[in-house]
Amino acid sequence: MATKAASPNVADVTAGHKTSSRTIALMIIGLALILVAPFLIYPVFVMKVLCFALFAAAFNLLLGYVGLLSFGHAAFFGGAAYITAHAIKQWGYPPELAILLGTGFAAVMGVVFGYVAIKRQGIYFAMITMALAQMFYFFCLQAPFTGGEDGIQGVPRGKLFGFIDLSNSLNMYYFVAAVFIIGFLFIWRVVHSPFGSILKAIRENEQRAISLGYRVSRYKLGAFVISASLAGLAGSVKAIVFQLASLTDVGFQMSGEVVLMTLLGGIGTLMGPVVGAVLVVSLENYLATSSLPVPVVIGSIFVICVLLFRRGIVGEFNAWMDRKRG
Amino acid sequence: MTEPLLQVKGLQAWYGESHVLHGVDLQVHRGETVTLLGRNGAGKTTTLKSIMGVLRKRQGEIRLNGKDLMGLPLHHIAYAGLGFVPEERGIFSGLSVHENLMLPPKVADGGFTLDEIYHLFPNLAERRNSQGTKLSGGEQQMLAIARILRTGANILLLDEPTEGLAPVIVQRIGDVIRALKAKGMTILLVEQNFRFARKVADRFYVMEDGHMIDTFRADELEGRMDSLNETLGL
Amino acid sequence: MVTVFGISLPALMGQLLIGLINGSFYAMLSLGLAVIFGMLRVINFAHGAQYMLGAFFAWFLLRYAGIGFWPALVLAPLGVALVGVVIEKVLLSRIYNLDHLYGLLLTFGLALVIEGLFRHWYGTSGQPYSIPSTFQGAFNLGFMILPKYRAFVIVASVVVCLATWLLIEKTKFGAYLRAATENPTLVQAFGVNVPRLLTLTYAIGAGLAGLAGVLAAPVYQVSPLMGQNIVIIVFAVVVIGGMGSIMGAVVTGYVLGLVEGLTKVFYPEASSTVIFVIMVLVLLVRPAGLFGKE
Repeated sequence: MATKAASPNVADVTAGHKTSSRTIALMIIGLALILVAPFLIYPVFVMKVLCFALFAAAFNLLLGYVGLLSFGHAAFFGGAAYITAHAIKQWGYPPELAILLGTGFAAVMGVVFGYVAIKRQGIYFAMITMALAQMFYFFCLQAPFTGGEDGIQGVPRGKLFGFIDLSNSLNMYYFVAAVFIIGFLFIWRVVHSPFGSILKAIRENEQRAISLGYRVSRYKLGAFVISASLAGLAGSVKAIVFQLASLTDVGFQMSGEVVLMTLLGGIGTLMGPVVGAVLVVSLENYLATSSLPVPVVIGSIFVICVLLFRRGIVGEFNAWMDRKRG
Repeated sequence: MTEPLLQVKGLQAWYGESHVLHGVDLQVHRGETVTLLGRNGAGKTTTLKSIMGVLRKRQGEIRLNGKDLMGLPLHHIAYAGLGFVPEERGIFSGLSVHENLMLPPKVADGGFTLDEIYHLFPNLAERRNSQGTKLSGGEQQMLAIARILRTGANILLLDEPTEGLAPVIVQRIGDVIRALKAKGMTILLVEQNFRFARKVADRFYVMEDGHMIDTFRADELEGRMDSLNETLGL
Repeated sequence: MVTVFGISLPALMGQLLIGLINGSFYAMLSLGLAVIFGMLRVINFAHGAQYMLGAFFAWFLLRYAGIGFWPALVLAPLGVALVGVVIEKVLLSRIYNLDHLYGLLLTFGLALVIEGLFRHWYGTSGQPYSIPSTFQGAFNLGFMILPKYRAFVIVASVVVCLATWLLIEKTKFGAYLRAATENPTLVQAFGVNVPRLLTLTYAIGAGLAGLAGVLAAPVYQVSPLMGQNIVIIVFAVVVIGGMGSIMGAVVTGYVLGLVEGLTKVFYPEASSTVIFVIMVLVLLVRPAGLFGKE
C-alpha cells in the first residue's frame, strides 16, 4: 500500500529543517535591513516587497509545511484588497478596521474555498484552487462595487488609530514593516507549535496520522485558513500602500507569481519566500523598463527552477552550509 | 562443461541507500531449472530483479550468452531473451486476457504459438475476453507465465509462482514447468515452497542476508536436508 | 413566433449551438489533457499554449506559404506534436520521478514562455482566419440557422474523440498505453520501449490540442491569448469529469458547453462562472469526478 510518504513530495526538499542559529542570524540581519531600508531605497518599492514577502510566506505555509500547492491564492490577496479599498473609500473606515475587515473576508473565503479544495490532494487540489480563484476573478470582473477594469482607485491612506498620518511615507513604511514582522513571526510560531508538528506529521505520512486519531482534514483546513488570512492581510495592506485595488490582484498571473517567489526562494524554508519576493519584485521592476517580455522571463525561471534548482536559493544555501559542516 | 547461459558474478544491489545484495554469484546452464531458496528477506527476489534490470542500482557482472547486460536499458534486456514473471504477476486490469497475453512483443523465434498456449492453458482460452484481473489467482499466474512464453524468451525468471495458490493449482503449475523443461526452456525460479521446488529443480542455490551461502544439485538434496531445515526454518 | 420560456426558438438554438461548439473544443482539449495525464501523470499546463500554436501554425501556413485549411488540418497538428516531442524529451522526461506538482509547475512555466513570446510578437488582438470555402454559408433549418462551418466543427470533434478512443481501446498501441499507465516498469521489462511511448503520448496530446486550434481558427480569432482563456475552463471540465476517464472528459466537455450556452440564455451574468460552480458542487458530492475511477 503506497502511503503519502512513499511518493516524493514538493515539501521534502527542505523537510526537517529546524530553525537553527543560522536562520535566527538571517532574521536579525533581515530585521536590521527592514529598519534602515527606507533611508537607502525608495520606500514604496520596499513596501511592495514586504507585502509580497508576507503573501509568499503565507503561501509557503501551505505548500512548504502542509504540502498543498494552491494555485489560486490571489483570490485571498486581491479579495481582501478590494474589501479594504472599498471600506476606506466608500464607507470611510479607518485603516486598521479596514485591514481587519479585509483579512476577515479572506479568512471566510479561506474556509469556503478550503472546505471544497481539501477534498482532493496534490495536483487535483492545485487545479481546484485555480478554478475557484478564476471563478472569483470573473465575479470581481462583473461585480459593480469592484470598479471592473479600472478597479478601486484613489484610496485615501487615512490616519492609523486616528492620529498616525499614513500619507507620510515613513509612517506608512514602518506600519507595513510592523505588519510584516508580526505576520512573519506568527508564521514562525505556527510552524514551531504543536499544531505545526501535526501538520508536518500529516505531510510526511497522512495515513499514519489518521490512524493515530487526528482529524486530518481539520488540520489541513486550519492551515489553509491561516494561509488565506495572512495572504489577505498582505493584500489589505497593499491596497492602502498603493491606494488601489484592481483585477490584477485577483488574477491568475498574481497566483503564479507567488508560486514563483516561493519556488525561487526555497519551498519550506522560512526565509525563502522573503528572498524570493525581493528577487521577483526587483526583477519585475527592472523588466518593466526593458524590452524583454515579462512572462517569458518569469516562465523561463520557472522551468529552470523546476529542472535544476528545486531547493531554491535559501534551500541551496542551507544544503551548502550543511555540507560545509560535514 | 558447457558455458552457462546465464552467468552472474559479484552482483551487488541497493534499494535506495540500503545495501541488499553483497556479491552474489550464480550460473544457469541451458535447459536447467535452477531454484533460489532462502527465507523472507534473504534477497531472492532482489537477485531476480537485479538480473532482469528492473532494479537498476546494481553492480557486478551479468552475462547472457556471454553478453554483458549490466549497462543495457530494461527493454533491451528483454530483447536479449530474458522473460520476467514478477511475484505480483502484474496482470493489467485495463486489458482483456487476450490483450494481456498478446502484449509482450516477440523477442526471438521459437516462442509458443497462440494455439500452443491455449492448448497448454485451456482456461485462458475460455476467458480470453474477460478483463485480465477478473481471473482467479491461479489463472492470473498461468496468464503471467503464458504471455512470456509467446515472446520467444529463452530464459524465464519466475518469482514465487506458487505463492498464495491452492494445492491443485500448484500442481498444475508444476505440470506447466515440467512441460517447459521438456521443451528445453531454461528457468531461474525463486520459491519459498520447498516441496514444490524439489519436484522441478535440477539445481539449488541457498541465500541468506544478501549472500549466496550454498549450492547443490538435486541429487545431493538428501544429504543437505538437515542444514536446509535449519537455514530455511522448515 | 415559437418561444421557450420567453426566448425565441432561433435565439435559443443559436445559443445552444454556440454552447455545443464551445463544448466541442472543451471535449477535444480535455481529451488531450486526460491522455497525457493518464500516462505521464503530468497536468499539461502548456495545453492551452499548444492549442494556440495549432491555430497560429495554420495561420502561418496560409499567410506565408499559401497553404489552406485542409492541408493545415494535418500539418499544423503535426508541427505542434513535434514541439511536444521536443518538450517531452528535453524537459519533461527529467522530472517523472519527482512529485507530480513539478510537472504542473514546469508546464506552467512553458505556457508562460510560449504565450509570452507570441504576445510579444503579435500583440493581444487576434488575427483573422477565414472559413474555408467549402463551408461558407449556412443551412436554414427553419427553427434555426446552422452555419456550415460550425456544423463541421461539431462533427469533426466527435470524429476526433471517437478516433482517439478507438486508438486507445482497440489497437495494440492503445494496449501498450493502457498497460504502461498501470505498470510502466513491467511493460518495459517485456521489451516495450516505454520512454518512447511516453514521448509519443505527450506528442499525441499536444497534437490533439493543435488540431483543436486549427479547427478553432475560423471560429474564434487566432490570438496569443486564446489558450489562456480556455485552459482553466478545461481544467474544471476535467476535474468534473474525473481525471482517470477519457470518455468521461469528452462527454463532460460537450455537456458543460451546452450548460454554459443555456446559462447564457437565461442567466447571462453567470455564464462565465457556471462551470466552476458545477465543479464545486461535484466536488462536494462526488470528489472523484462524475466518471472518476479513483
